[in-house]
Amino acid sequence: MSNILIIAEHDGEALNISTAKCVSCAQAIGGDIHIAVLGDGIDSIAAEAAALDSVGKVIAVNAGHLAAPLAANWAPEVISLAADYSLILGPSTTFGRDLMPHIAALAGVNQISDIMEVNGPASFKRPIYAGNAIIDVEAAEGVKIVATARTASWKAAGASGSAEVEQRPAGSSAAGHTRYVGLETAGGERPDLQSATKVVSGGRALGSEENFAMIYSLADKLGAGVGASRAAVDAGYCPNDMQVGQTGKIISPDLYLAFGISGAIQHVTGIKDAGTIVAVNKDTEAPIFEISDIGLAGDLFSVIPELESLLG
Amino acid sequence: MKILVGIKRVVDYNVRVRVLNDGSGVDTDGVKMSVNPFDEIALEEALRIKEAGNAEEVIVVSAGGDECQQQLRTGLAMGADRAIQIQTSESLQPLSVARALLKIIEREQPGLVILGKQAIDGDNSQTGQMLAALWDRPQATFASKMVLNGDTATITREVDAGLETIEVDLPAVVTVDLRMNEPRFVKLPDIMKAKRKPLDVISLGDLGVSVDGNLKIHHFAPPPQRQKGIMVEDTAQLVQELKNRGLI
Ligand SMILES: Cc1cc2nc3c(=O)[nH]c(=O)nc-3n(C[C@H](O)[C@H](O)[C@H](O)COP(=O)(O)OP(=O)(O)OC[C@H]3O[C@@H](n4cnc5c(N)ncnc54)[C@H](O)[C@@H]3O)c2cc1C
Ligand SMILES: Nc1ncnc2c1ncn2[C@@H]1O[C@H](COP(=O)(O)O)[C@@H](O)[C@H]1O
Repeated sequence: MSNILIIAEHDGEALNISTAKCVSCAQAIGGDIHIAVLGDGIDSIAAEAAALDSVGKVIAVNAGHLAAPLAANWAPEVISLAADYSLILGPSTTFGRDLMPHIAALAGVNQISDIMEVNGPASFKRPIYAGNAIIDVEAAEGVKIVATARTASWKAAGASGSAEVEQRPAGSSAAGHTRYVGLETAGGERPDLQSATKVVSGGRALGSEENFAMIYSLADKLGAGVGASRAAVDAGYCPNDMQVGQTGKIISPDLYLAFGISGAIQHVTGIKDAGTIVAVNKDTEAPIFEISDIGLAGDLFSVIPELESLLG
Repeated sequence: MKILVGIKRVVDYNVRVRVLNDGSGVDTDGVKMSVNPFDEIALEEALRIKEAGNAEEVIVVSAGGDECQQQLRTGLAMGADRAIQIQTSESLQPLSVARALLKIIEREQPGLVILGKQAIDGDNSQTGQMLAALWDRPQATFASKMVLNGDTATITREVDAGLETIEVDLPAVVTVDLRMNEPRFVKLPDIMKAKRKPLDVISLGDLGVSVDGNLKIHHFAPPPQRQKGIMVEDTAQLVQELKNRGLI
């Protein structure tokens, strides 16, 4: 049986939904599930983690040098907790992708990135080549496993548990050579891409930042999150954190609406887990129609206003 | 200051990768191979730092079989001063690559190491973070902007929540994201010039690095295909279809 330690992702205020997704992945692996919450002033976050289903214990480490999730500070702290665990798990978000390989190297093992399915306690499926191939990866007997869970593949675990929260003093000190300066967020009230049930996305065809406002307007009407192709982000129509795809966010909403996006493999890999994909593109040959559930060959500049008026 | 740039030979990003019928791997027969796109961006950034007078030498390094010399030559043609091939016939996992890069770092003493944020074949996104851990130096992953200020660098990182800024002491490991810069095109005379630039070959064994294999890859499968859906005629039909499916 595995002893699993999940490293909680949070922003200092609340637990990120990626942690509950890691819990589902851990449930599929099977074993005792503990969560480590590191930070500074994290008692309410530790309480949130303790409420997640099937979590046995939460370890809370409060220390000034852990306030921002710098891998240089967090990885040694996780290593100081790791002895009792056979598997250390984090999310495939930028947080986990930054931190977990650092932990793996300190533990002297390769990491299993992006677990999408569990074959057994030490055997997992993961995508490579932008999702064009799925491989079975098996870890050697008795060697510690460090892994990330592909967040789009796992539903958030429920929150009806009540695990014990154990406070621990920090087992590490500040690395010093790496300093957190700040975070600039686009902000806004729209649902977060990772947890939104509906996402409206725009591509290069939008043509300008002003036109991209059409995407926001439709999204707000639907209560949806907003995504974009790399071309739209690179052209400056919208902020980088909206990019969906191989090098942006991999998402799994119930409904994904793509406007003026051609459907490059790097984009499509980010939406394969969506429930229903709707594509609007004026080119009937656009590759996005090969993978969409509902396609409409048309000009987005007339379709979006029509949609808005029909939605009332 | 010297800058070290890691370059991986990968299947070109335009190729539609296909899994072999026997599940033993992906079809790379006659397939176009290129420098990992993120590594071109890493090299471009290194060249710009040198051109701005903040570095003396840019060294490109690749771990792989002799075929990766092709990608190292591309790096030299882009403007790198010299190249190092870490020769191995095995396909390496990130920890072995990081260990090998550390050995090169010990020899070359670079002030900055720039890698791609991920190789688009394995999509691992691990090597830079592992190298920083083994080297016990700062890591700045997914960088979209880097400003050098003497002994430190201020780096903007593309994270899920937006743009994060950190400051690191040098030397450090930086892994770059797509928006860092736009790599230059290689011109024909540069390709000729690159042939005369030094390319050293050193075997993985001579570096004292053994191939690590705590993970075994057993089987390759094609991804589940999404069924092609329906086409609707107009916006009204689209709305009707979404309503029928209970989506709005
Ligand atoms: C290493 C690497 C990583 C990458 N990672 C990502 C990633 O994470 N995410 C990502 O999205 N891309 C990524 N890309 C880029 C990707 O290859 C494509 O270039 C990009 O997705 C194209 O964006 P697009 O579909 O908006 O633009 P285009 O491909 O230019 O498509 C625009 C589409 O709009 C249609 N159109 C034009 N006008 C209208 C109109 N008025 N009404 C309706 N339709 C219209 C056109 O028919 C066309 O199909 C990556 C590329 C590389 C090399
Ligand atoms: N075999 C290799 N040789 C040189 N650099 C590599 C090699 N493998 C990975 N890298 C570097 O590490 C980055 C991240 O790779 P990965 O961790 O495999 O996703 C790449 O973009 C390269 O810069």
